Amino acid sequence: MSRTSLFLPLGLFLLMAFMLWRGFALNDPHELPSALLNQPLPDFQKTRLADGAPVARQDLLGTPFLLNVWATWCPTCKAEHAELNRIAARYAVPLVGVNYKDDGPAARAWLARYGDPYRLSVVDEDGSLGIELGVYGAPETFIVDGDGIIRYKRVGAVDRRVWEEEIRPVLQNLGLPLEEPRA
Amino acid sequence: MIPELGHFALILALMLAVLLAVVPMAGVVRRDLTLQHSAGALSAGLFVFLLLSYACLTQAFLQDDFSVAYVANNSNALLPWYYKVSAVWGAHEGSFLLWTLIMGGWTLAVALRSEALPTAMLARVLSVMGALTVGFILFLLMTSNPFERVLPVAAAEGADLNPQLQDFGLIVHPPMLYTGYVGFSVAFAFAIAALLSGRLDAAWARWSRPWTNLAWAFLSVGIALGSWWAYYELGWGGWWFWDAVENASFMPWLVGTALIHSLAVTEKRGVFKSWTVLLAIAAFSLSLLGAFIVRSGVLTSVHAFAVDPERGMFILVFLLLVVGSALVLYALRAPVMRAEARYEGLSREVMLLANNIVLVVSTAAVLLGTLYPLVYESLTGGGKISVGPPYFNAVFVPLMVLLLLIMAPAPLARWKRTGAAQLMRSLSKVALASVALGLVLPLVVTGALELWPVLSVMLGAWITLALLVDALERVRNKQGLPAKLRGLKTLGAGYGGMVLAHLGVAVTALGIALTTTYSTERDVRLAPGDSVTLGPRTYLFEGVAPLEGPNYVADQGTVRVFQNGQPIAVLHPEKRRYLARQMVMTEADIDPGFFRDLYVALGEPLGEGAWALRVHDKPFVRWVWFGGVLMMFGGLMAAFDRRYRRLKLRDQAALAGALAS
Repeated sequence: MSRTSLFLPLGLFLLMAFMLWRGFALNDPHELPSALLNQPLPDFQKTRLADGAPVARQDLLGTPFLLNVWATWCPTCKAEHAELNRIAARYAVPLVGVNYKDDGPAARAWLARYGDPYRLSVVDEDGSLGIELGVYGAPETFIVDGDGIIRYKRVGAVDRRVWEEEIRPVLQNLGLPLEEPRA
Repeated sequence: MIPELGHFALILALMLAVLLAVVPMAGVVRRDLTLQHSAGALSAGLFVFLLLSYACLTQAFLQDDFSVAYVANNSNALLPWYYKVSAVWGAHEGSFLLWTLIMGGWTLAVALRSEALPTAMLARVLSVMGALTVGFILFLLMTSNPFERVLPVAAAEGADLNPQLQDFGLIVHPPMLYTGYVGFSVAFAFAIAALLSGRLDAAWARWSRPWTNLAWAFLSVGIALGSWWAYYELGWGGWWFWDAVENASFMPWLVGTALIHSLAVTEKRGVFKSWTVLLAIAAFSLSLLGAFIVRSGVLTSVHAFAVDPERGMFILVFLLLVVGSALVLYALRAPVMRAEARYEGLSREVMLLANNIVLVVSTAAVLLGTLYPLVYESLTGGGKISVGPPYFNAVFVPLMVLLLLIMAPAPLARWKRTGAAQLMRSLSKVALASVALGLVLPLVVTGALELWPVLSVMLGAWITLALLVDALERVRNKQGLPAKLRGLKTLGAGYGGMVLAHLGVAVTALGIALTTTYSTERDVRLAPGDSVTLGPRTYLFEGVAPLEGPNYVADQGTVRVFQNGQPIAVLHPEKRRYLARQMVMTEADIDPGFFRDLYVALGEPLGEGAWALRVHDKPFVRWVWFGGVLMMFGGLMAAFDRRYRRLKLRDQAALAGALAS
């Protein structure tokens, strides 16, 4: 073994640091990667979580809606769930869930236990819709306008601040009447 | 006034840390003993001002000083006092102040407990720790000042501590975990000091060992506490999620475990020196990487603090400086490995080498899984993917099985060489007994043979019985039970600690395998008076009553549990609504037991007094954490082995002799 080989750990570390830096610079969690912004929601043929009925992209279109990627194995999804319930209860915006790489019965039990804010949840058991959407980790939240164009993406939990400062203004710009909470 | 005092104390601590980083090291370079001796006083001063700063922040919480932004965001006048005290580390800024305070504590401990260390060596170690502290305090002052005011308009009421954190778990988990994380800075500092001095010898390994054991003990119990907390607080009975932040604490633990064993080889046999130094650097580097992952928001996680790119960039640069310079030093100064000793096939050092390889490969696997989304993204320039628990379980579990297999023969093997025949003689009966137990026990208790219970009982018995055989062999020559017990005592705390820690690993492994296989759960709709049967027990739901807490209102359910018609427990799961944040939390109630937990969580009201309930029966789940407690006691016991003090005195005498001649 020679002195040169002792530089190996340093090389590996620098490589990793570079990756971290790239990932960090690229992955501002508030930003939608430009590649996806203003692109149409990918086409899909899936089933509904509640009853297994088929659901496809065009069934969702019409009014702007929130698309939320969630799973029971994802602790952060649990953390944001209360806020989603609040939004669904107080504002006139449809929420559509994407139940990502999850177990159907567990997911239904989860919604029964913690409340179901979604108009419907799309079952994405094999994660193929997640790949199409560029999902990086659950939870992620998209705003899709009435024509099926993605207008916003959030990686990570939606909390009150994100709702007030980011999501609500975008939805209002799309013409949803969100000024006054429903009584 | 008090927050400003805290801020000022932190700035003074920064000055002292800079002095500690520079002056003793300069003393070493200039061979000036006075400068070298200043390290002790500077460490003490540094700790005092960090403590003062920390006390000021705590005081701001206790006084509900909502003009301090951090207090306003994370506390509330209605919060009970013990949560106010622990809310100090409930979010990013305060928790990093705690981290820095603990760093100061370790520095002071090294300064106080190292009277036997050569002055120059101690000066180097404390300087390195001072330099690290400079980075930590700068990070606080530049990006994460917990003392910042929101003047002139102060909030009338605090936003409250995140309800998920209002729990005993918050009180104990972060301090233990941080003590473990930061504790690896001592082994790191010793490694750097040894590289600088060129004295990478048995004495260096001996000095590092108790500190490493201590840090490892804290990290073990910190991780176990976190897992326990997640289990009862998150409300769905899971105890490990392969979450990025859990992995961040698990990687230093894996490398720390490898380091403990590698240090033993370096001390006893004088080999693996470069490897041991590298592990010491890696353990602390992974702690720092964990801090980066948690605090930069680069990976999403339940533990993630508020995202701030500036903080992430600071830690990344700090990481680059600390780890980069350590590895450059390593590349330049580490001894080039020669065939320092011949390795015999069955010697203890070869088995410990195998242990190290398995642990490092496991760490690499966890690291890869944790960073893979980032790596993939860097390579593809934006393609985003996710890695879930399936990957980790598939890679990690077989590696751990391998590790458990090696764990039995390693303590029995002797240094240098072990007679294969002797090892076979000791272990063949153990192997037979383990296989028999693994097949019989699950069959008798459950009437079925399933892979993981059988395998885990075999491995648990394999490790436990081998330890027993080893202990008996060591006191073989003593006659009679009292003499044998006295003989065991003379084996020393280090040996006892090893036995405890190994038993702890076996217990945790058994707990994981058994609870994963045998846990059952049911989701049911129950009206008052309805009951549900799960396994041998019946759960009777008696309805829900309102309950008022200090800062929340709750619906509290009552569930009576019967077994064979006899009442065995009454559980009160709650659904709480926290007032300040209007957040709803599920508080599961658990009837804990050594062999099983009964776990009931309240779901949603379904009308007419009926509720959705989830009932879990979780056999052996406590073993997962009980093993962690055993590991902690093992680590502590080994750290306080009197052998270290005795040998320190011998090292000191040898050094004095060398100086005199």
